[in-house]
Amino acid sequence: MYKSFLIKYAEIAIKGKNRYLFEDALVSQISRALKKAEGTYRVRKEQGRIYVDMAENCDFDEAVAAMKCVFGIVGICPLIQVEDQGFDALAEEVIAHVGEAYQNRRFTFKVNARRARKNYPLDSMEINALLGERILAAFPECSVDVHHPQVVIHVEIRSQINIYSTVIPGPGGMPVGTNGKGMLLLSGGIDSPVAGYMIAKRGVAIDATYFHAPPYTSERAKQKVVDLAKIVAKYAGPINLHVVNFTDIQLYIYEQCPHEELTIIMRRYMMKLAEHFAKESKCLGLITGESIGQVASQTMQSLAATNEVCTMPVYRPLIGFDKQEIVEISERIDTYETSILPYEDCCTIFVAKHPVTKPSLNVIRNDERKLAEKIDGLMQTAIETVEVIRVEAD
Amino acid sequence: MEVYLDNSATTRCSERAKNIMERALTADYGNSSSLHRMGKAAEDYIRDARKKIAKTLKVEEKELVFTSGGTESNNMALIGAALANQRRGRHIVAGGIEHASVWAAADYLAELGFEITYLAVDADGMISLEELREAVREDTILVSVMMVNNEIGAREPVEDAARVIREKNPDTLFHVDAIQAYGKYRIYPKKAGIDLLSVSGHKIHGPKGVGFLYIRDKVRVKPLLYGGGHQKGMRSGTENVPGIAALGEACAEAYEDFEEKIERLYTVKERFVAGVTRIEGVTVNGKSGRDSAPQIVSICIEGVPAEVMLHSLEAYGIYVSAGSACSSNKPAPSRTLQAIGLPKNQAESTIRVSFSVGTTEEEADYAVEKLAEIIPFRRKFTRK
Repeated sequence: MYKSFLIKYAEIAIKGKNRYLFEDALVSQISRALKKAEGTYRVRKEQGRIYVDMAENCDFDEAVAAMKCVFGIVGICPLIQVEDQGFDALAEEVIAHVGEAYQNRRFTFKVNARRARKNYPLDSMEINALLGERILAAFPECSVDVHHPQVVIHVEIRSQINIYSTVIPGPGGMPVGTNGKGMLLLSGGIDSPVAGYMIAKRGVAIDATYFHAPPYTSERAKQKVVDLAKIVAKYAGPINLHVVNFTDIQLYIYEQCPHEELTIIMRRYMMKLAEHFAKESKCLGLITGESIGQVASQTMQSLAATNEVCTMPVYRPLIGFDKQEIVEISERIDTYETSILPYEDCCTIFVAKHPVTKPSLNVIRNDERKLAEKIDGLMQTAIETVEVIRVEAD
Repeated sequence: MEVYLDNSATTRCSERAKNIMERALTADYGNSSSLHRMGKAAEDYIRDARKKIAKTLKVEEKELVFTSGGTESNNMALIGAALANQRRGRHIVAGGIEHASVWAAADYLAELGFEITYLAVDADGMISLEELREAVREDTILVSVMMVNNEIGAREPVEDAARVIREKNPDTLFHVDAIQAYGKYRIYPKKAGIDLLSVSGHKIHGPKGVGFLYIRDKVRVKPLLYGGGHQKGMRSGTENVPGIAALGEACAEAYEDFEEKIERLYTVKERFVAGVTRIEGVTVNGKSGRDSAPQIVSICIEGVPAEVMLHSLEAYGIYVSAGSACSSNKPAPSRTLQAIGLPKNQAESTIRVSFSVGTTEEEADYAVEKLAEIIPFRRKFTRK
């Protein structure tokens, strides 16, 4: 029944002269996403609108599911598109559409016509009224409610005529690739995949860094992170996942520094390493899943201590979120089930019973001097032995 | 060097089992229920397998039901026997350190209204015959005790248990989970008074996904699967001909040169135990001599979490399993280690080493050598 979709987008429309860049990015992101759906699709840009045409072999549900992951889309409207063959023909099409789309016709509706082509013989108000009458005549069970209708039947008179009455919500945001690239510090937890998702939603492409600590963390823990990256990639596009072997650095810090400071010092070196790979991959910032006060290493003081080593901006989209709010997003984007798999991650292995919650920068810097002998060499080795995995959505 | 010491998890499929499986997959791939020659050829594989297996147990061929493996065999034994005999009573007795497939099946029966009594075990994992005698009642329809425990290698006195049960209530059925015992001990169910016996293929160098349940003639068991009435209605579903053929071969192979193989296993195990217990802070859980299974050793390494130990050994190509799966998110202490009274920290530092008849003394030595190297280093770096 439907052969096309009309794609609605919001913020892109206000981007002035850059508008075509955003639209082109959206078109290419939609095409990319639809490669995962069965069938052949054509994505076209026309008169400030984006349409997706489906061939006979397409799977409607798969197409919708794929497009629901494309940032920049506000609404996906299954569309009937007809040639203008006079008002009677149009009314018949609309009635056929209502008949097919709604099995239960006890609903209130209104017709919302837009006449982009001004040479159409009727104006919008007339179309609304006349089509409303025809629909009522065909389906006496339904009724008109112009203020709070359950169904709005859109009729757009353009070179062709668009008829649609459902808007499937898209994820919003901006098309990935329109806002540069960021380096996500990805652990196996709940927060970091959500942070990656949120920044990607603003049009930012994502690379990621994961700190692996064999034998303290297992191959399965690493697989879990790859799986999480795969889910984020469904929205953010392909991710280059940098797997850094962090064991020796961690053990060295454990050996040399006070135990309560271990996590903070460790995170400072993680930031440094992530920033190194960020620069190498031409990223414009780091992304973390931190949220103020969630754990000892995320108090304002601890965040300041970790932040201090970074020269790049660090984006923390979850900074003001409660855990439950983060969990809700992770359930919605489907990372939750994977995140809660019980594998030890490298942050928790050696964590002290009472880690510092208000680290003083002077003390931390002072204790880090105890690492002077070997740390540069260990960092260099970590950089040289990095494994980069290109992760794409399934 | 690759040293696979996780043979209680699974074993490598033997050449002979693999070859017969391949033949049944590609040359004689007929459906054993088909009436034509191809069907007959497939049926012959099953007939042969039955014959080979029956011989190792000294039972009749018709007393064997092929299943998808140990879990199904245990489920069928417990649930099938309970449902078929519930008019005589609804009480079941189970051992204290049974496999999850027995525990979970018993839990399911408890949901259906059966009463389950679990036997306690001592520090070596042994059940008490006295307690068993007390536990069996007039309305006890089934007792289920494993012959060899999969985590610590405890060898339960199933022959004595059978005698005790018979004395107390001759109508009570006796199921033995022999998944870790078959191929390591000579088991003659008829002589021993065992009514039901579970075996799995992949623990004895057969393929995964196949096993059998011995059901003594005249013992009533309700099938779990219904359909085309295969295996005399006991387990519907097209027979897994390649799997069954390979299982038969693996079973026959397990009992060839049997005494020599068991001697070799004990020699390797004793050598390993002697070596590993020389390392400071390493102890064996349960018994470690010839009164325990020849292929399993459970060791506790003080101060090193089992998973860290496992992954450290992995780096040297040595594969073992963690005695107790545990992580920061989801502590899941093993029920067996809890039942033998191991404190939590020791349970979390327990690994299981399990040998196959192919394990050499050099491999055992290599494992001991690496353990001695790794332990002091890892002990230095543990959470404080």
